[in-house]
Amino acid sequence: MSDIADRVAKIVVENLGVEADKVTQDASFIDDLGADSLDIVELVMAFEEEFGVEIPDDAAEKIATVGDATKYIEEHKG
Amino acid sequence: MRRVVVTGLGLVTPLGADVETTWANLIAGESGAGQITRFDASNQKCTIACEVKPKDHPWGFDADKRVDFKVQRQVDPFIVYGIDAAGQALEDAGLTDMTEAEKERTGCSIGSGIGGLPGIEIESVNLHERGPGRVSPHFVHGRLINLITGQVQIKYGFMGPNHAVVTACSTGAHSIGDAARMIAMDDADVMLAGGAESTINPLGIAGFAQARALNMSMNDRPTEASRPYDKNRDGFVMGEGAGVVVLEEYERAKARGAKIYAEVTGYGLSGDAYHVTAPHPEGRGAELAMRMALKKAGLGPGDIDYINAHGTSTMADTIELAAIKRVLGDDLGGASMSSTKSAIGHLLGGAGAVEAIFCILAMRDGIVPPTLNLHDPDEGTEGIDLVPLVAKKREVRAVLNNSFGFGGTNASIIMQKVD
Repeated sequence: MSDIADRVAKIVVENLGVEADKVTQDASFIDDLGADSLDIVELVMAFEEEFGVEIPDDAAEKIATVGDATKYIEEHKG
Repeated sequence: MRRVVVTGLGLVTPLGADVETTWANLIAGESGAGQITRFDASNQKCTIACEVKPKDHPWGFDADKRVDFKVQRQVDPFIVYGIDAAGQALEDAGLTDMTEAEKERTGCSIGSGIGGLPGIEIESVNLHERGPGRVSPHFVHGRLINLITGQVQIKYGFMGPNHAVVTACSTGAHSIGDAARMIAMDDADVMLAGGAESTINPLGIAGFAQARALNMSMNDRPTEASRPYDKNRDGFVMGEGAGVVVLEEYERAKARGAKIYAEVTGYGLSGDAYHVTAPHPEGRGAELAMRMALKKAGLGPGDIDYINAHGTSTMADTIELAAIKRVLGDDLGGASMSSTKSAIGHLLGGAGAVEAIFCILAMRDGIVPPTLNLHDPDEGTEGIDLVPLVAKKREVRAVLNNSFGFGGTNASIIMQKVD
């Protein structure tokens, strides 16, 4: 896993209180990790903080899996 | 009208994270007061409080026991305390496994006086320093007063009345009284009722200090600062925590063989119509509430064995006492009266519920908790048993619990033993 993927996974574990081995890149925040829409808003804020990126609302709405978040950050991180 | 009994108890207090630990410490004369550890209070006029103790303390609180990790992260401490106390009460009542039909007839009336002040403070600073985009999406529903009730009903699947009282320091008593009426009026068969508070944060302490409500003269002697009825009393000590009871319709409780602690027989409510923070100087509102509760209970002076006074350790203590004398007689009809705020501080919206539980335990065990630090009783207390310094064994069959709050709101609850 890339450094970004590791850091994304760590934030997900801390925010959602889920077991680290469940946080695969394929895992869906809502279907697999028990998040609701507000949890995703909070996660997106945490990603913005951690990586210094802006994730606009329309992009955030398309982030459904851990991998989606990792990919977005990898592509937009300065 | 249907009869209403108490079948479960739950407590989170500065003296313990459960009912029996709190009660044992209270009877032993322990104090929950100390220097504020929750934040750096060195620039505050008041530096002391009765905090709920951390997990590693002998009587500390472990939120992980009953509150989901995610919920803990999203909500203010008063909601965490409330969810835990509600869970304790349900477990104590043996009602953690109800049918869907029973859940539809089970509700909550768990309020708070102020709500999520610490979270409001933190997010206000956050908004100011980092902008609106950094405000937590859980900010609103993590601070709202009715979210103990909301969280508890979601957790346990209760679909009955979803209610939350906000009447400052009368909240806990009003919550129990209102919930008892909902059962009496057939709106529900079971109600979780009580209150919670946690405002030991910079804004909360500063606000009450500026209102001249807190003790600010005994910062170096925290365990001596809450001293109801003592001549040297000088304001209350802030407490925090939660108290929740399970109220249940009597026939239902009897039929399932529930442990019945007490019956809620009297409830009185009134307003002072006088001042936003000061009680009516003659205690007229307090008197009206007590008289209404006695009338509802069908009791007279001489029938009450124990009074848990509002007794905040302010000048208002003697106003309350004068009102009680007018209602029950100069000797309070032989009742013992104490203020447990001397040990746990003032739990504000949680006070009435926590103190109602102390009243119930006094009936159960035949012992009344002490008024700590009462070394030099104020004028007007002569001939009255204020249970100074040490707990006292006595038969207790009927109890009166008073709660009064800012805004001139008064509530009195009477509970009795069920034979």
